[in-house]
Amino acid sequence: MYEGIVEDTQKAAIADLGIDKGVEALTPEKIETVITSFLESETGARFKTYADICVHCGLCSDACHYFLSNDRNPKFSPAGKVKQTIGEILKHKGKVSPKFIGQTAEIAFTECNVCKRCAMYCPFGIDVAYLMLTMRRLCHKLGVVPQYIQDTAHSHSATFNQMWVKEDEWIDSLQWQEDEARGDISNLRIPLEKEGSDIMYSVIGPEPKFRAQLIYQAAVIMETAGMNWTMPATPGWDNSDMCMYTGDSEMMGRLKRSHFETAARLKVKRIVMGECGHAFRSVYDMGNRWVGWKMPPIPVIHAIEFYDELFQKGKIKVTHKFEEPVTIHDPCNIVRGRGLHEKIRNVVHRTCSSLIEMYPNREHNYCCAAGGGVINCGPPFKAKRVEGDRVKADQLREAKSKGAKVVVAPCHNCHGGLEDIIHHYKLDMKLKFLGDIIYEVMEKTT
Amino acid sequence: MHHIYDFVSGPLVWLSFIIFIGGSIYRIATMAMLAKKKDGVVYDYMDSSYALRSILHWIIPFGSENMKKHPVMTVVTYVFHISLMIAPLFLFAHIALIKESWDISWGYISDSTADIMTMLVIASCVFFMLRRIKLPEVRYLTDTSDYILLAIVAAPFVTGFLAYHQWMGYKLMVILHILSGEVMLAAIPFTRLSHVLFFPFTRGYIGSEFGAVRHARDW
Amino acid sequence: MKNWNWEVGKRLVADVGKWKESWVWVEEPYASPDGEKIAAIVRTEDEMFNICVNGQAYENSFDKIWHLRFSPDNRLTAIVSDGEWTLAIDGETWENRFDFVWNTQFAKDGIAISVQSERKYFAAVNDTVWENGFSHIGDMTLSHDGQRAASVVQTVPLKEGEIVKFQQGCFSVAVNGEVWDRNFVNVWNPAFSHDNKRVAAEVRLNLYDYTIVVDGKAWDKTFSTVWAPQFSPADASVTAPVRIGGKWFLARDGEILWDKPFDQVWHHQYSPDGKNIAAIVCPQFGQWTVAINGIAWKHTFGDLVTDLVISPDGTRAACVGKDNGKWFVCVDGIVWGGQFDMAWQPVFSPDSRRVAAKVEKDGKYVILTDGVPLIEPVQALWTPTFSPDSSSILVRMIEDGKYYRRVC
Repeated sequence: MYEGIVEDTQKAAIADLGIDKGVEALTPEKIETVITSFLESETGARFKTYADICVHCGLCSDACHYFLSNDRNPKFSPAGKVKQTIGEILKHKGKVSPKFIGQTAEIAFTECNVCKRCAMYCPFGIDVAYLMLTMRRLCHKLGVVPQYIQDTAHSHSATFNQMWVKEDEWIDSLQWQEDEARGDISNLRIPLEKEGSDIMYSVIGPEPKFRAQLIYQAAVIMETAGMNWTMPATPGWDNSDMCMYTGDSEMMGRLKRSHFETAARLKVKRIVMGECGHAFRSVYDMGNRWVGWKMPPIPVIHAIEFYDELFQKGKIKVTHKFEEPVTIHDPCNIVRGRGLHEKIRNVVHRTCSSLIEMYPNREHNYCCAAGGGVINCGPPFKAKRVEGDRVKADQLREAKSKGAKVVVAPCHNCHGGLEDIIHHYKLDMKLKFLGDIIYEVMEKTT
Repeated sequence: MHHIYDFVSGPLVWLSFIIFIGGSIYRIATMAMLAKKKDGVVYDYMDSSYALRSILHWIIPFGSENMKKHPVMTVVTYVFHISLMIAPLFLFAHIALIKESWDISWGYISDSTADIMTMLVIASCVFFMLRRIKLPEVRYLTDTSDYILLAIVAAPFVTGFLAYHQWMGYKLMVILHILSGEVMLAAIPFTRLSHVLFFPFTRGYIGSEFGAVRHARDW
Repeated sequence: MKNWNWEVGKRLVADVGKWKESWVWVEEPYASPDGEKIAAIVRTEDEMFNICVNGQAYENSFDKIWHLRFSPDNRLTAIVSDGEWTLAIDGETWENRFDFVWNTQFAKDGIAISVQSERKYFAAVNDTVWENGFSHIGDMTLSHDGQRAASVVQTVPLKEGEIVKFQQGCFSVAVNGEVWDRNFVNVWNPAFSHDNKRVAAEVRLNLYDYTIVVDGKAWDKTFSTVWAPQFSPADASVTAPVRIGGKWFLARDGEILWDKPFDQVWHHQYSPDGKNIAAIVCPQFGQWTVAINGIAWKHTFGDLVTDLVISPDGTRAACVGKDNGKWFVCVDGIVWGGQFDMAWQPVFSPDSRRVAAKVEKDGKYVILTDGVPLIEPVQALWTPTFSPDSSSILVRMIEDGKYYRRVC
């Protein structure tokens, strides 16, 4: 039985209730049974081919911000993480110890943002993010998942949103934001359950809970642009999905079904979603596929694409440009995940007076280290996460030295991650969503 | 010695080719069936033009960002793979043997070109080995099998080189050369050398996902 | 419905377009099922809300009104607040007042809402509130006779982060406020039997095993997941889609009923006599259609199939399908000509011979009967209704801002 890495000064195990309790409940026999049945029933040609053909060339290493930020420690390279997890499991045919499973869970959940940058660096196109998600799915099956993200998955299952927001609290938040927004536009409305609208606007759980002003701003943008839109007053309003990241695929499918069927019930032609990255991944090529929808059954337009369209069609105009120089952080899930990088720049050029680029950028951006559910694993792993993205801090510092004062990051998790990075590395830069900037500079009807 | 030569240059050649070709077909066919059964997405999302786009970007030297980041590795990899394929396929001595056996033949390269290519393959193997030893991120991934594979690939070239230059026992070298070539061929379908078989599929699949679904580059 | 006016002709009911002149704010209008009334939430100059019905506002206005809906028996309901929230029916509020109200449900002549008072959650049916409150309520549903409500409720208090406790089971089902005696990790979609006495729901027993529970008793088999159960109208049995080995089947009382595997099975529904079952299915990844008794229609849609409906005699079925971004109406596996920007759930005539559906094209709306346009395209439309003798169709429509009741 493989015991895992016995001693490692560089990587002391972090205490986490979810992992520790899960490990406690495991026996070597149970692990072997679960792994054997998992490999038999849930892994196929992709898994096998990737495992068979990796020539251990290490060329994926330079793709990974954890590797680069941890002084090129090989244990943080993409293939290095595969070796320590799936590699050992295959080598020992599932005969591994509970402690080892705890270690793999920490690697799979907190040392990889499944950002897919390494898929662009592997000559064979091996998708390490897929392998890490497969590893997480196995951890889910073994009941070893970090506490905070598991709690979020529980919230999804009980409330169909990420933040334990109850049915009435959601509606109440929208009505409250509607009242607030009438300060700006006297006849502004957040139309609830308006069947037959063109657009259903969907957000992630943290918006009503912590960032309600984003809903307010979105409402002002929608009204000003004259959109025929609605928001649901039922579960299904939340497009986010931490179950995708804990490996609870069944719940992922259930969440996406609820989201799309809410849109279908409201007879909208498309869903416009707020500035979130992981939710886009979930609706666009993860959750929908589990359900059996090859592509989203009702098109999902990310906020960036929507804003760009509004500017292109002249639906919103600016009164002035945002003065402070900005830099752009490209979120993985909508850049490598949807190629929206030029659209972010279109919108920035329309709204900001000066853009200072960070490099590498666009598809080659460095991840914020918060995505892929990592920030959702909570405080125990925060230091590792922030230290694991020193390269991002270096990028930001360089942009700042060229004059950038504001970081535009059109994704919630990126905001969370960058906020911590800016604070930890004392960068003193401001963070904005594109919606924040548009709201600030747009011509508003009164 | 003569018997051994007859054996390795006769039945063993057949056997190695049968293992190589049969094994390759078997590996690809079983993988295709497994994909059909358990990885339907591979078929559902494969898009020939984006697959081709990706493959082209990754077979043209410096066609991807990562190749630009590692110029020495890129040059060595290209020189290695090209020489590895050209030298044995177009070596005059090999073609002469085939002509003698089956009366078919094709163009050949000069012996001096082949000699240089052989040396390049051997030098590349040395480079790969040093890389494995020197670079921490590669060393961490390396296990014994990686060195064995490197040896399997290098062996036919080293022995061929020695046989051609007749520096050591010629007969023995020829036998070892044939034998090591046969081992390499037979190893391709069943070791990590199978990347040569699966490259178009893995590359094509990720290229399709990035290009056709996600509208992003993958190079 | 028999009492409704089925005389063929077109009658102007209200000039909705003009309402904007009387109020600063007019929300989208709702037409009564019999077509006689049209109503909208309006706001007055003094920032108060009211409801305008056929051009007339109620005497009382409210601080806030939302979710205006007609009941099937033509009563106009709205969720209103005058400091406290309640339900108003034809302008008259319920006696009970709450901290929040949402989720109006109709069945026969019953009306139910989900309510919250002092952070406790209840259902209220016909102005009677459950005695027991809960810390969470979800998926509230009304019995077929409109007299009882069932809902998913939280029975064990849970703080954020308590993952161990959550996995021991903190949720159950309350029927008229009475809780089943067993807790589950999750419960979803309770459904009443046709005699309104029993309730079934889908549950998760731990993070991995799903099954169906009937009146608190679980099926003896578990599945990798399940979807909402339905009671048969004919007998006491319960069916639900279940997932085994990555494929979907329809199961009855825990045993496989449709043995042909699909990539998806959901929204199954019975014919009124309980003899036939139709469901939306996915015979192959990315291809959607309808299956009747396990046999899928040949025609499939790439994007989506929704709004499945079975005819009153139980022999026919219709749905809305979407392919390459366009919407279609499909009846008995045959797609009507024409592709649309949107299509609504088709409606069968009482004799099951005719089908009508509302569709949208280029911003205008049309009613199709058996695939043929019934009227010229108009500005707004509601779902058509067949007369009891199946001969006429009630069309509720807005043309040039005017609302008409028309029988064709």
